[in-house]
Amino acid sequence: MNDKFRTPLKDAIGLGSAKQGLHHFVVQRITAVALLLLVPWFVWTVLRLLHLDAAGAHALVAQPCNAVLLFAFVVAVFWHAQLGLQVVIEDYVHARGMLFVLQLAVKFLCFLGGAACALAILKIALGR
Amino acid sequence: MAEFTLPKNSKVKAGKHFPAKPGAKKIRTFRIYRWSPDDGENPRVDTYEIDLAACGPMVLDALIKIKNEIDPTLTFRRSCREGICGSCAMNIDGTNTLACTKAIEDCPSGDVKIYPLPHMSVVKDLVPDLTNFYAQYASIKPWIRTQSAPPPDRERLQSKEDRAKLDGLYECILCACCSTSCPSYWWNSDRYLGPAILLQAYRWIADSRDEDTGARLDELEDPFKLYRCHTIMNCARTCPKGLNPAKAIADIKKLIVERAN
Repeated sequence: MNDKFRTPLKDAIGLGSAKQGLHHFVVQRITAVALLLLVPWFVWTVLRLLHLDAAGAHALVAQPCNAVLLFAFVVAVFWHAQLGLQVVIEDYVHARGMLFVLQLAVKFLCFLGGAACALAILKIALGR
Repeated sequence: MAEFTLPKNSKVKAGKHFPAKPGAKKIRTFRIYRWSPDDGENPRVDTYEIDLAACGPMVLDALIKIKNEIDPTLTFRRSCREGICGSCAMNIDGTNTLACTKAIEDCPSGDVKIYPLPHMSVVKDLVPDLTNFYAQYASIKPWIRTQSAPPPDRERLQSKEDRAKLDGLYECILCACCSTSCPSYWWNSDRYLGPAILLQAYRWIADSRDEDTGARLDELEDPFKLYRCHTIMNCARTCPKGLNPAKAIADIKKLIVERAN
Protein backbone atom coordinates (compact mmCIF):
# COMPACT_ATOMS: atom_id res chain seq x y z
CA MET A 1 0.00 0.00 0.00
CA ASN A 2 2.68 2.46 1.02
CA ASP A 3 5.51 1.20 -1.09
CA LYS A 4 5.30 -0.36 -4.54
CA PHE A 5 8.17 -2.70 -3.71
CA ARG A 6 6.42 -4.23 -0.68
CA THR A 7 4.12 -7.20 -1.11
CA PRO A 8 0.50 -6.79 0.05
CA LEU A 9 1.11 -9.67 2.49
CA LYS A 10 3.91 -7.70 4.17
CA ASP A 11 1.43 -4.86 4.84
CA ALA A 12 -1.32 -7.22 5.97
CA ILE A 13 0.97 -8.94 8.49
CA GLY A 14 2.28 -5.60 9.75
CA LEU A 15 4.07 -6.04 13.07
CA GLY A 16 2.27 -9.32 13.75
CA SER A 17 0.04 -10.15 16.68
CA ALA A 18 0.42 -8.25 19.96
CA LYS A 19 -0.65 -11.51 21.69
CA GLN A 20 -2.75 -9.51 24.13
CA GLY A 21 -6.26 -8.14 24.33
CA LEU A 22 -7.75 -10.90 26.47
CA HIS A 23 -7.20 -8.97 29.71
CA HIS A 24 -8.89 -5.83 28.36
CA PHE A 25 -11.79 -7.93 27.02
CA VAL A 26 -12.30 -9.77 30.32
CA VAL A 27 -12.01 -6.73 32.62
CA GLN A 28 -14.44 -4.79 30.42
CA ARG A 29 -16.98 -7.57 30.88
CA ILE A 30 -16.36 -8.00 34.61
CA THR A 31 -16.91 -4.27 35.22
CA ALA A 32 -19.98 -4.42 32.94
CA VAL A 33 -21.52 -7.21 35.03
CA ALA A 34 -20.70 -5.29 38.22
CA LEU A 35 -22.39 -2.19 36.77
CA LEU A 36 -25.42 -4.23 35.72
CA LEU A 37 -25.96 -4.92 39.42
CA LEU A 38 -24.70 -1.62 40.84
CA VAL A 39 -26.46 0.86 38.53
CA PRO A 40 -30.03 -0.11 39.60
CA TRP A 41 -28.91 0.11 43.22
CA PHE A 42 -27.29 3.48 42.54
CA VAL A 43 -30.42 4.88 40.87
CA TRP A 44 -32.54 3.64 43.77
CA THR A 45 -30.16 5.26 46.27
CA VAL A 46 -30.13 8.58 44.40
CA LEU A 47 -33.94 8.57 44.38
CA ARG A 48 -33.90 8.04 48.16
CA LEU A 49 -31.42 10.89 48.56
CA LEU A 50 -33.82 13.28 46.79
CA HIS A 51 -36.16 13.27 49.76
CA LEU A 52 -33.49 13.94 52.35
CA ASP A 53 -31.79 17.10 53.64
CA ALA A 54 -27.98 17.38 53.78
CA ALA A 55 -27.65 15.73 57.18
CA GLY A 56 -29.97 12.90 56.16
CA ALA A 57 -28.06 12.36 52.91
CA HIS A 58 -24.78 12.25 54.84
CA ALA A 59 -26.21 9.68 57.20
CA LEU A 60 -27.46 7.50 54.35
CA VAL A 61 -24.11 7.51 52.53
CA ALA A 62 -22.26 6.96 55.79
CA GLN A 63 -24.02 3.63 56.38
CA PRO A 64 -21.25 1.04 55.87
CA CYS A 65 -23.21 -0.99 53.34
CA ASN A 66 -24.05 2.08 51.24
CA ALA A 67 -20.52 3.48 51.47
CA VAL A 68 -18.97 0.18 50.31
CA LEU A 69 -21.43 -0.21 47.41
CA LEU A 70 -20.96 3.41 46.39
CA PHE A 71 -17.19 2.92 46.46
CA ALA A 72 -17.54 -0.22 44.32
CA PHE A 73 -19.82 1.68 41.92
CA VAL A 74 -17.30 4.49 41.49
CA VAL A 75 -14.41 2.09 40.86
CA ALA A 76 -16.45 0.08 38.33
CA VAL A 77 -17.73 3.18 36.51
CA PHE A 78 -14.35 4.85 36.04
CA TRP A 79 -12.53 1.63 35.22
CA HIS A 80 -15.17 0.66 32.66
CA ALA A 81 -15.25 4.18 31.19
CA GLN A 82 -11.48 4.21 30.82
CA LEU A 83 -11.49 0.87 28.99
CA GLY A 84 -14.36 1.93 26.74
CA LEU A 85 -12.88 5.30 25.84
CA GLN A 86 -9.57 3.61 25.05
CA VAL A 87 -11.37 1.52 22.41
CA VAL A 88 -13.17 4.54 20.95
CA ILE A 89 -9.87 6.39 20.60
CA GLU A 90 -8.17 3.36 19.01
CA ASP A 91 -11.09 3.14 16.55
CA TYR A 92 -11.08 6.72 15.36
CA VAL A 93 -7.72 8.38 16.07
CA HIS A 94 -4.89 7.25 13.85
CA ALA A 95 -2.37 10.10 14.22
CA ARG A 96 0.30 8.64 16.52
CA GLY A 97 0.93 11.77 18.62
CA MET A 98 -2.73 12.58 19.16
CA LEU A 99 -3.39 8.94 20.02
CA PHE A 100 -0.91 8.92 22.89
CA VAL A 101 -2.04 12.33 24.21
CA LEU A 102 -5.71 11.28 24.26
CA GLN A 103 -4.99 7.85 25.78
CA LEU A 104 -2.96 9.45 28.57
CA ALA A 105 -5.60 12.15 29.14
CA VAL A 106 -8.36 9.54 29.46
CA LYS A 107 -6.36 7.42 31.94
CA PHE A 108 -5.38 10.42 34.06
CA LEU A 109 -8.85 11.99 34.09
CA CYS A 110 -10.56 8.70 34.92
CA PHE A 111 -8.11 8.08 37.75
CA LEU A 112 -8.56 11.60 39.12
CA GLY A 113 -12.36 11.40 38.82
CA GLY A 114 -12.40 8.05 40.60
CA ALA A 115 -9.99 9.23 43.29
CA ALA A 116 -12.04 12.38 43.96
CA CYS A 117 -15.28 10.39 44.26
CA ALA A 118 -13.62 7.80 46.49
CA LEU A 119 -12.22 10.47 48.77
CA ALA A 120 -15.63 12.12 49.08
CA ILE A 121 -17.24 8.79 50.03
CA LEU A 122 -14.49 8.02 52.53
CA LYS A 123 -14.79 11.44 54.16
CA ILE A 124 -18.53 11.04 54.59
CA ALA A 125 -18.28 7.40 55.71
CA LEU A 126 -15.56 8.15 58.26
CA GLY A 127 -17.38 11.30 59.39
CA ARG A 128 -14.57 13.78 58.73
CA MET B 1 -8.58 10.28 11.99
CA ALA B 2 -11.51 8.49 10.46
CA GLU B 3 -12.82 10.41 7.47
CA PHE B 4 -16.50 11.25 7.42
CA THR B 5 -16.61 13.22 4.16
CA LEU B 6 -15.40 12.32 0.70
CA PRO B 7 -12.25 13.98 -0.64
CA LYS B 8 -12.89 16.59 -3.34
CA ASN B 9 -11.96 14.30 -6.23
CA SER B 10 -14.32 11.58 -4.94
CA LYS B 11 -17.48 13.69 -4.74
CA VAL B 12 -20.13 11.99 -6.85
CA LYS B 13 -21.71 14.06 -9.63
CA ALA B 14 -24.80 13.54 -11.79
CA GLY B 15 -23.98 11.47 -14.89
CA LYS B 16 -25.41 10.49 -18.24
CA HIS B 17 -28.99 9.41 -18.83
CA PHE B 18 -29.81 6.49 -21.12
CA PRO B 19 -33.59 6.46 -21.79
CA ALA B 20 -35.45 3.25 -22.59
CA LYS B 21 -35.99 2.31 -26.23
CA PRO B 22 -39.40 3.26 -27.67
CA GLY B 23 -41.94 0.49 -27.15
CA ALA B 24 -40.46 -0.69 -23.83
CA LYS B 25 -43.17 -2.37 -21.77
CA LYS B 26 -41.94 -2.56 -18.19
CA ILE B 27 -39.39 0.13 -17.43
CA ARG B 28 -37.19 0.14 -14.32
CA THR B 29 -34.48 2.74 -13.74
CA PHE B 30 -31.00 1.76 -12.59
CA ARG B 31 -28.69 4.38 -11.09
CA ILE B 32 -25.11 3.14 -11.28
CA TYR B 33 -21.86 4.54 -9.86
CA ARG B 34 -19.26 5.20 -12.55
CA TRP B 35 -15.63 6.13 -12.21
CA SER B 36 -12.71 5.64 -14.55
CA PRO B 37 -9.06 6.04 -13.54
CA ASP B 38 -8.22 7.20 -17.07
CA ASP B 39 -10.17 10.43 -17.64
CA GLY B 40 -9.36 12.44 -14.50
CA GLU B 41 -13.06 13.09 -13.90
CA ASN B 42 -14.96 12.82 -10.61
CA PRO B 43 -17.19 9.80 -10.09
CA ARG B 44 -20.73 10.15 -11.45
CA VAL B 45 -24.02 8.28 -11.26
CA ASP B 46 -25.37 7.23 -14.67
CA THR B 47 -29.05 6.47 -15.14
CA TYR B 48 -30.20 3.57 -17.32
CA GLU B 49 -33.81 2.77 -18.13
CA ILE B 50 -34.23 -0.95 -18.70
CA ASP B 51 -37.17 -2.84 -20.16
CA LEU B 52 -37.67 -5.64 -17.64
CA ALA B 53 -39.88 -7.48 -20.13
CA ALA B 54 -36.70 -8.19 -22.12
CA CYS B 55 -34.33 -8.77 -19.21
CA GLY B 56 -33.51 -11.64 -16.84
CA PRO B 57 -34.77 -11.53 -13.26
CA MET B 58 -31.57 -10.72 -11.37
CA VAL B 59 -29.69 -7.45 -10.94
CA LEU B 60 -26.70 -9.05 -12.67
CA ASP B 61 -28.91 -9.76 -15.69
CA ALA B 62 -29.69 -6.04 -15.87
CA LEU B 63 -25.99 -5.13 -15.60
CA ILE B 64 -25.08 -7.57 -18.37
CA LYS B 65 -27.93 -6.22 -20.51
CA ILE B 66 -26.64 -2.67 -19.99
CA LYS B 67 -23.10 -3.72 -20.93
CA ASN B 68 -24.23 -5.71 -23.98
CA GLU B 69 -26.89 -3.40 -25.36
CA ILE B 70 -26.54 0.11 -23.95
CA ASP B 71 -23.10 1.02 -22.61
CA PRO B 72 -20.15 -1.34 -23.15
CA THR B 73 -17.92 0.83 -20.95
CA LEU B 74 -19.75 -0.26 -17.76
CA THR B 75 -17.24 -2.30 -15.77
CA PHE B 76 -18.03 -4.94 -13.15
CA ARG B 77 -16.82 -8.37 -12.04
CA ARG B 78 -18.95 -11.43 -12.61
CA SER B 79 -18.36 -15.08 -13.28
CA CYS B 80 -20.55 -17.94 -12.08
CA ARG B 81 -23.89 -16.06 -11.96
CA GLU B 82 -25.14 -18.49 -9.29
CA GLY B 83 -23.78 -17.15 -5.99
CA ILE B 84 -20.75 -19.37 -5.57
CA CYS B 85 -17.82 -17.33 -6.92
CA GLY B 86 -18.44 -14.06 -5.07
CA SER B 87 -17.23 -11.91 -7.96
CA CYS B 88 -20.30 -9.72 -8.38
CA ALA B 89 -20.45 -8.45 -4.78
CA MET B 90 -21.62 -4.84 -4.81
CA ASN B 91 -23.81 -2.42 -2.92
CA ILE B 92 -27.38 -2.69 -4.24
CA ASP B 93 -30.02 -0.42 -2.74
CA GLY B 94 -27.82 0.27 0.25
CA THR B 95 -26.96 -3.33 1.09
CA ASN B 96 -23.90 -5.30 0.10
CA THR B 97 -24.95 -8.41 -1.76
CA LEU B 98 -24.34 -10.51 -4.87
CA ALA B 99 -25.86 -9.04 -8.02
CA CYS B 100 -26.45 -12.56 -9.36
CA THR B 101 -28.65 -13.73 -6.48
CA LYS B 102 -30.47 -10.43 -5.89
CA ALA B 103 -33.76 -10.33 -7.77
CA ILE B 104 -34.68 -6.99 -9.31
CA GLU B 105 -38.20 -7.32 -7.97
CA ASP B 106 -36.82 -7.69 -4.43
CA CYS B 107 -35.34 -4.19 -4.65
CA PRO B 108 -37.63 -1.64 -3.00
CA SER B 109 -39.76 0.34 -5.43
CA GLY B 110 -38.13 3.32 -7.12
CA ASP B 111 -34.75 3.43 -8.80
CA VAL B 112 -32.30 0.58 -8.22
CA LYS B 113 -29.09 2.14 -6.92
CA ILE B 114 -25.85 0.25 -7.52
CA TYR B 115 -22.49 1.22 -6.02
CA PRO B 116 -19.21 -0.64 -5.52
CA LEU B 117 -18.52 -2.24 -2.10
CA PRO B 118 -18.22 0.64 0.39
CA HIS B 119 -15.00 2.17 1.67
CA MET B 120 -12.66 0.36 -0.69
CA SER B 121 -10.41 1.90 -3.31
CA VAL B 122 -12.19 1.70 -6.65
CA VAL B 123 -10.33 0.20 -9.61
CA LYS B 124 -13.08 1.18 -12.06
CA ASP B 125 -16.89 1.59 -11.84
CA LEU B 126 -18.16 -1.33 -9.69
CA VAL B 127 -14.78 -3.01 -9.27
CA PRO B 128 -13.20 -2.52 -5.82
CA ASP B 129 -9.52 -3.14 -5.05
CA LEU B 130 -9.46 -6.30 -2.91
CA THR B 131 -5.65 -6.61 -2.72
CA ASN B 132 -5.48 -5.99 1.04
CA PHE B 133 -8.49 -8.24 1.67
CA TYR B 134 -6.82 -11.17 -0.10
CA ALA B 135 -3.48 -10.46 1.61
CA GLN B 136 -5.25 -10.56 4.97
CA TYR B 137 -6.72 -13.91 3.98
CA ALA B 138 -3.25 -15.21 3.12
CA SER B 139 -1.95 -13.89 6.47
CA ILE B 140 -4.10 -16.33 8.48
CA LYS B 141 -2.57 -19.26 6.55
CA PRO B 142 -5.89 -20.73 5.46
CA TRP B 143 -4.85 -24.33 5.02
CA ILE B 144 -4.63 -27.35 7.32
CA ARG B 145 -1.60 -27.15 9.61
CA THR B 146 -0.61 -30.43 11.26
CA GLN B 147 2.23 -31.91 13.28
CA SER B 148 1.45 -35.62 13.06
CA ALA B 149 2.14 -37.38 9.78
CA PRO B 150 -0.86 -38.14 7.61
CA PRO B 151 -2.12 -41.76 7.66
CA PRO B 152 -0.27 -43.59 4.88
CA ASP B 153 -3.33 -45.30 3.44
CA ARG B 154 -6.12 -42.75 3.66
CA GLU B 155 -7.04 -39.11 4.17
CA ARG B 156 -7.29 -37.51 7.63
CA LEU B 157 -10.66 -38.58 9.02
CA GLN B 158 -13.22 -36.60 10.96
CA SER B 159 -16.34 -37.65 12.89
CA LYS B 160 -19.73 -36.56 11.62
CA GLU B 161 -20.12 -34.37 14.72
CA ASP B 162 -16.80 -32.62 14.09
CA ARG B 163 -17.64 -32.16 10.43
CA ALA B 164 -20.93 -30.53 11.45
CA LYS B 165 -18.92 -27.86 13.32
CA LEU B 166 -17.76 -26.54 9.94
CA ASP B 167 -21.33 -25.94 8.76
CA GLY B 168 -21.98 -22.21 8.56
CA LEU B 169 -18.24 -21.65 8.00
CA TYR B 170 -17.21 -23.61 4.92
CA GLU B 171 -19.92 -21.96 2.82
CA CYS B 172 -18.13 -18.59 2.90
CA ILE B 173 -17.18 -17.56 -0.64
CA LEU B 174 -15.00 -14.57 0.35
CA CYS B 175 -17.14 -12.08 -1.56
CA ALA B 176 -16.18 -9.34 0.97
CA CYS B 177 -19.79 -8.17 1.44
CA CYS B 178 -19.47 -8.54 5.23
CA SER B 179 -16.05 -6.96 5.70
CA THR B 180 -16.96 -3.94 3.60
CA SER B 181 -20.22 -3.46 5.53
CA CYS B 182 -18.36 -3.30 8.85
CA PRO B 183 -17.65 0.23 10.21
CA SER B 184 -14.71 -1.14 12.19
CA TYR B 185 -13.25 -2.46 8.94
CA TRP B 186 -13.91 0.90 7.24
CA TRP B 187 -11.85 2.77 9.84
CA ASN B 188 -9.13 0.19 10.48
CA SER B 189 -8.87 -2.19 7.53
CA ASP B 190 -5.08 -1.80 7.58
CA ARG B 191 -4.94 -3.66 10.92
CA TYR B 192 -8.35 -5.22 11.64
CA LEU B 193 -8.82 -8.52 9.79
CA GLY B 194 -12.57 -8.01 9.34
CA PRO B 195 -15.47 -10.47 9.58
CA ALA B 196 -14.78 -12.52 6.45
CA ILE B 197 -11.16 -13.28 7.29
CA LEU B 198 -11.96 -13.95 10.96
CA LEU B 199 -14.73 -16.37 9.94
CA GLN B 200 -12.21 -18.11 7.69
CA ALA B 201 -9.69 -18.18 10.55
CA TYR B 202 -12.32 -19.76 12.80
CA ARG B 203 -13.08 -22.30 10.06
CA TRP B 204 -9.57 -23.72 10.68
CA ILE B 205 -9.68 -23.27 14.46
CA ALA B 206 -12.92 -25.28 14.51
CA ASP B 207 -11.51 -28.03 12.27
CA SER B 208 -10.83 -31.20 14.31
CA ARG B 209 -8.05 -32.24 11.90
CA ASP B 210 -6.01 -29.06 12.31
CA GLU B 211 -3.24 -29.27 14.95
CA ASP B 212 -2.16 -25.66 15.13
CA THR B 213 -5.15 -24.28 17.05
CA GLY B 214 -3.08 -22.63 19.78
CA ALA B 215 -0.83 -20.83 17.31
CA ARG B 216 -3.88 -19.70 15.34
CA LEU B 217 -5.40 -18.20 18.50
CA ASP B 218 -2.04 -16.58 19.37
CA GLU B 219 -1.90 -14.96 15.95
CA LEU B 220 -5.41 -13.53 16.36
CA GLU B 221 -5.16 -12.30 19.96
CA ASP B 222 -4.47 -8.69 19.15
CA PRO B 223 -6.33 -5.45 19.95
CA PHE B 224 -6.61 -4.68 16.25
CA LYS B 225 -6.61 -7.97 14.33
CA LEU B 226 -9.48 -9.42 16.41
CA TYR B 227 -10.78 -7.08 19.10
CA ARG B 228 -11.84 -4.28 16.72
CA CYS B 229 -15.04 -6.32 16.36
CA HIS B 230 -17.63 -4.48 18.45
CA THR B 231 -20.51 -6.84 17.61
CA ILE B 232 -22.15 -4.32 15.28
CA MET B 233 -23.62 -7.29 13.36
CA ASN B 234 -23.71 -5.64 9.91
CA CYS B 235 -21.75 -8.70 8.71
CA ALA B 236 -24.48 -11.18 9.63
CA ARG B 237 -27.21 -8.89 8.28
CA THR B 238 -25.58 -8.43 4.87
CA CYS B 239 -24.09 -11.90 4.18
CA PRO B 240 -25.61 -13.10 0.87
CA LYS B 241 -24.98 -16.71 1.95
CA GLY B 242 -26.86 -16.27 5.24
CA LEU B 243 -23.78 -16.90 7.40
CA ASN B 244 -22.99 -15.31 10.74
CA PRO B 245 -19.39 -14.03 10.89
CA ALA B 246 -20.13 -12.20 14.17
CA LYS B 247 -20.82 -15.55 15.84
CA ALA B 248 -17.56 -16.99 14.51
CA ILE B 249 -15.70 -13.98 15.93
CA ALA B 250 -17.49 -14.39 19.28
CA ASP B 251 -16.46 -18.07 19.27
CA ILE B 252 -12.80 -17.09 18.71
CA LYS B 253 -13.00 -14.65 21.65
CA LYS B 254 -14.65 -17.34 23.77
CA LEU B 255 -11.86 -19.83 23.03
CA ILE B 256 -9.21 -17.25 23.94
CA VAL B 257 -10.98 -16.71 27.30
CA GLU B 258 -11.40 -20.48 27.78
CA ARG B 259 -7.76 -21.38 27.36
CA ALA B 260 -6.76 -18.80 30.00
CA ASN B 261 -9.27 -19.97 32.61
